[in-house]
Amino acid sequence: MYDVIIIGAGVTGCAVARELARRERSVAVLERGLDVCEGTSKANSGIVHAGHDAHPGTWKARFNVEGSLLMEELSKELDFPYRRNTSLVIGFDEEDRRTLEGLLAQGLENGVKGLELWDGSRVREKEPQLSDAVTCALYCPTGGIVDPFLLTVALAENACVGGVSFFFGEEVTELCRAGEGFVLKTARGGSYETRAVVNAAGVYADVFHNMVSEDKVHITPRKGEYLLMDKKTTGFVNATIFQCPTKMGKGILVTPTVHGNLLLGPTSEDIADKENTETTAAGLEEVLAKAGLSAKELPVRQVITSFTGLRAHSDNGDFIVGEAADCPGFFDAAGIESPGLTSAPAIGRYLAERINERFPAPEKTDFIAVRKGIPCMADADPEERKRLVAENPLYANVVCRCELVTEGEIVEAIRRPVGAKTLDGIKRRVRAGMGRCQAGFCTPKQMEILARELGVEEEAIVKSGPGARLLTGYTKSNIS
Amino acid sequence: MTADREVKIAIIGGGPAGLAAAVSAAESGVSPEDILIIERDHVPGGILNQCIHNGFGLHTFREELTGPEYAGRFVDMAKERGIPFLLDTMAVDISRGETAGAAGKELKYLSVMNREDGFFTIGASAVVLAMGCRERPRGALNIPGFRPAGIYTAGTAQRFVNIEGRMPGREAVILGSGDIGLIMARRMTLEGAKVRAVVELMPYSGGLKRNIVQCLDDFGIPLKLSHTVVDIRGRERVEAVTIAEVGPDRRPIPGTEETFACDTLLLSCGLIPENELSHGLGVELSGVTGGPVVNESLETNIPGVFACGNVLHVHDLVDYVSEEAGTAGRCSAAYVMNPAESRGGRTVSVRCRYGVRYTVPASIRTEYMAERQIIRFRVGAVYRDACVAVDFDGKAFRRQKKRILAPGEMEQVVLGKSDMEAAGVSEITIRIEEEPQGTRQGV
Repeated sequence: MYDVIIIGAGVTGCAVARELARRERSVAVLERGLDVCEGTSKANSGIVHAGHDAHPGTWKARFNVEGSLLMEELSKELDFPYRRNTSLVIGFDEEDRRTLEGLLAQGLENGVKGLELWDGSRVREKEPQLSDAVTCALYCPTGGIVDPFLLTVALAENACVGGVSFFFGEEVTELCRAGEGFVLKTARGGSYETRAVVNAAGVYADVFHNMVSEDKVHITPRKGEYLLMDKKTTGFVNATIFQCPTKMGKGILVTPTVHGNLLLGPTSEDIADKENTETTAAGLEEVLAKAGLSAKELPVRQVITSFTGLRAHSDNGDFIVGEAADCPGFFDAAGIESPGLTSAPAIGRYLAERINERFPAPEKTDFIAVRKGIPCMADADPEERKRLVAENPLYANVVCRCELVTEGEIVEAIRRPVGAKTLDGIKRRVRAGMGRCQAGFCTPKQMEILARELGVEEEAIVKSGPGARLLTGYTKSNIS
Repeated sequence: MTADREVKIAIIGGGPAGLAAAVSAAESGVSPEDILIIERDHVPGGILNQCIHNGFGLHTFREELTGPEYAGRFVDMAKERGIPFLLDTMAVDISRGETAGAAGKELKYLSVMNREDGFFTIGASAVVLAMGCRERPRGALNIPGFRPAGIYTAGTAQRFVNIEGRMPGREAVILGSGDIGLIMARRMTLEGAKVRAVVELMPYSGGLKRNIVQCLDDFGIPLKLSHTVVDIRGRERVEAVTIAEVGPDRRPIPGTEETFACDTLLLSCGLIPENELSHGLGVELSGVTGGPVVNESLETNIPGVFACGNVLHVHDLVDYVSEEAGTAGRCSAAYVMNPAESRGGRTVSVRCRYGVRYTVPASIRTEYMAERQIIRFRVGAVYRDACVAVDFDGKAFRRQKKRILAPGEMEQVVLGKSDMEAAGVSEITIRIEEEPQGTRQGV
C-alpha cells in the first residue's frame, strides 16, 4: 500500500513527486513509457512564460506567475539550464497594439513585473532580425527559457533520491476505489494499492479522471509542430518572439533554446488521436511561413529536425488542479498545456500541500533538496576539461562529436538514479545525438555503451518505447 | 598559450586524405617525427574501413581493392616512414597563436584529448585539415511523418552491417541514389534484407553509373527517379514509407503516392564537409561546397592551414582524394621548410560560370603552382555531348568535348604552368558549353 501514486512521469508528475518526497510517506510514480519526459513534456517550446497571457483568476495565471518566480531558484537547486532571455510579443498594426495593451493590463493584474510597451524601432534595436513590419511589442523582462528534458529529469532524480519509487513500462489500464483508497491495474498485470492518486497523465488525464469522478472532463490533444535549427543560428534572436495570441494559443514563436539552437513553432490543431505525433508537410510549411512574418531571413537551410507535441487542452481552457469534488483522495493535474512547463514547480507545491492537508505526514529531517547535474564537456573551459579528463578518462572519449558529448557523460546518464535506458533517454540527459548529424555518427557507439552498462544484447536496445528496436538481428540471419 | 607538445605538421584525420597527406609531406623532406596524424578512431583508415566492397584504387594502384585494403596500403606507407599517429584522439579546437614555432611560422594550437594523455595542447606550424564529411540527416530533409526507430543514414547502416555484423532492418526503402545508398542497397540485399526501392528526388542519380548497374540493376532493385518520401508511418519502429513523384519544382505531385511496407528507411541524401573545427579557426568556407576556399597549394585563407579530401569538397573516387591530399602534404612541407616564403606574387582567379558549380582551387598563384595544375569541379545538371570550356581572360583557351557530364561525377581540367605564363592570364573561367543538338536534363 502506497500513500500516493502518481500516474505519469512528465514534468508535472515529477514536480509533484519531488514535493511529496519532502515528507515521510511512500510515493510511487507509474509511467507507461520507459523513461521520464516521454509525452508532452518532451515536445514543447521550452519557455518559462512571464505570465501575461492567462486571464486573471484562472489556475493558469496563478501557477504561471508562481512557477516563473520559482524557476530561477529551482534551476540553481537542481542544476538544470535556465536563462531569463526576456520575451517580446510583437504586433503589426493598430489592432495588435490594442491586443498588446490588453496583455499589458492583464499582466499587471496577474502580478507580472517589468512589462513595457515598445515601438517598432526600439524592438528592432534589440532584435535586428525582426521583420520591418513590426510596429510595436510587449517587452517582458521576466520571460525565460529552460531545458524541458533536464528540468523533468532533475525533478525525477531528486524525487528518487528522496525515496520516491519509479515504475516504467507500467501503463495504468484500471483505476477504482477500494475502501478508503484506490487500486490501479496495469497492462503488464501489475496491481498497486494506494491511499491517494495524483492524475498527471497528460493527454490521457481525462480518461483517469472519468474512471473515478462523475464530474466528467474532456481533454483534446492539440497538436503543435516544430522545427529545430542548428546551433550555427545562435544569436539569430536573443529574446523569445511571440506573435499576438489567438484563441488557439500563443501562435508561432521564434526562440533560442537554452543550448543555442533556434526553435520555430508550434502550429495549433485540435485532433482526436492522442498518439498522433506525426509531422506533416503542411504543418512544417505553416511554421516556416508564420515564423517568416516575425523575422526576416530565417535560416531555413539550418533545420536539423522537426517534431510534434500534443498539448492537453481541457474544454474550459484552464488547468484542472486539485482534489476531485466527488472523489476524496483523487488529485488532478489535468489539462496541463502551456504554460504547464512554467507552472510545474508551483503545481507540485500546491498539490503536495493539498495532499498533506488530507493525509498529514511529518517532514523528513534528511531530505536533500539539492541535485548536481552531469558535468558537461561542451560547456567546460580548458581548465575544467583538463580536470574532468584527469578525474575520469572516459571524459576524453568523444562519442557525439556534434555536441561534444563524451563516454563519461553517457555512462553517468545511464548510472544515475532514474537513469537512461534508451537512446532518447541519453539524448535528453546529455545531448548525445541532439546535434546537426542527429545521431548518425554516434548511434552505434551509444548502443555499445548502453548494452554494456545495462548488461543486455545490442539487439535489445531501443530508441524510446519497447517496440522501438534499432537492430533486427545478425547479418545473413534472414537467409535460409 | 603554451603547447604541451610541438610538431611541424599536424594532420587532423587519419582517413585516406590525412594518410596520403602525411606520406607526401614525409616524401617532400619533412622529418617523419615532425609530422603527427590525429585520428579519433582506434585505427586509422577512416570511413574506408567500413567500405568492404571492391572498386577502390583503380587509378592509384591499377588494381581493384576493397576499402580496408586501400586504406591499409596508405597506413603501411605511413608506418614504414615512421610517421607517428595519435589514435583514439579527438581534436576539439584549433586557434592561431602569436608566437613562431621551430619552423619560424606562426603556430596553430590544437586542443586535443584522449584517455591516456588527457586534455592537452599541440602547437603546429602547419595544419592539414582532413576531417572528412558527414551525412545529411532526416531532419535536414524535412520529411514529415512519425519519428520511429529504423531511420538511418546509409553510412550508419553500413557501419552496423559491415563492422558490427548486425542488421538495421529486414525490409528497406532507400532515399537518395548517392554512392553510399547504392552500395548499401546491394549490401542489404546480400545480407538477407529486401530492398523495396531506391528513391531519388532528382531526374538523375547522384551516384556513379557503375554503381547503378552493379548495385541496383544486377539485383532487380527499382530506381525511382523524380520521387521522394512524403510520409513515414510507425510510432515505434518504421512500418511503412510513402513515396510520391515530384514535378519539375521538386514538389510532390498529389495522387502519385505509393506506399511500401518496410521496417527501415535509409538515407543517402548528400554529404556535408565537416568543417566545425575550420570554422572555429576562422577558415573561409565556400557556400557551395561547405569546404574551405583554397589556392593552388590547397591552402586556406589562413597561412599554413591546408585542406584536402572530403572536408574540402565531396569526392566520388578515393583515388582523387589521395592525389589531392598528396598535393596538400607536399605544399604543407614546402611551407614549413621554406622560412622566407613570400605571400605575394601574381594571383589568377578561377571562376565558374554556366553549368559549373564550383572549382577547387579557387585561385592560383603562378609562382607556387606545379608544372601541371589540376582544377576539379562538379556540374549542376546532366549534360550530353557538351563541352568543358576554359577561357583565359574571356578568350577561349580550350574546349574539351564530353559525351556525358553528371553531378555525381567529379570533373577536372589540367592546365600547364607554361600556358598560363605565356598567356599572362589573370582570370580563368570554366563553364559548360552545350552543343546545339545536345540535350540537358534537370536544372
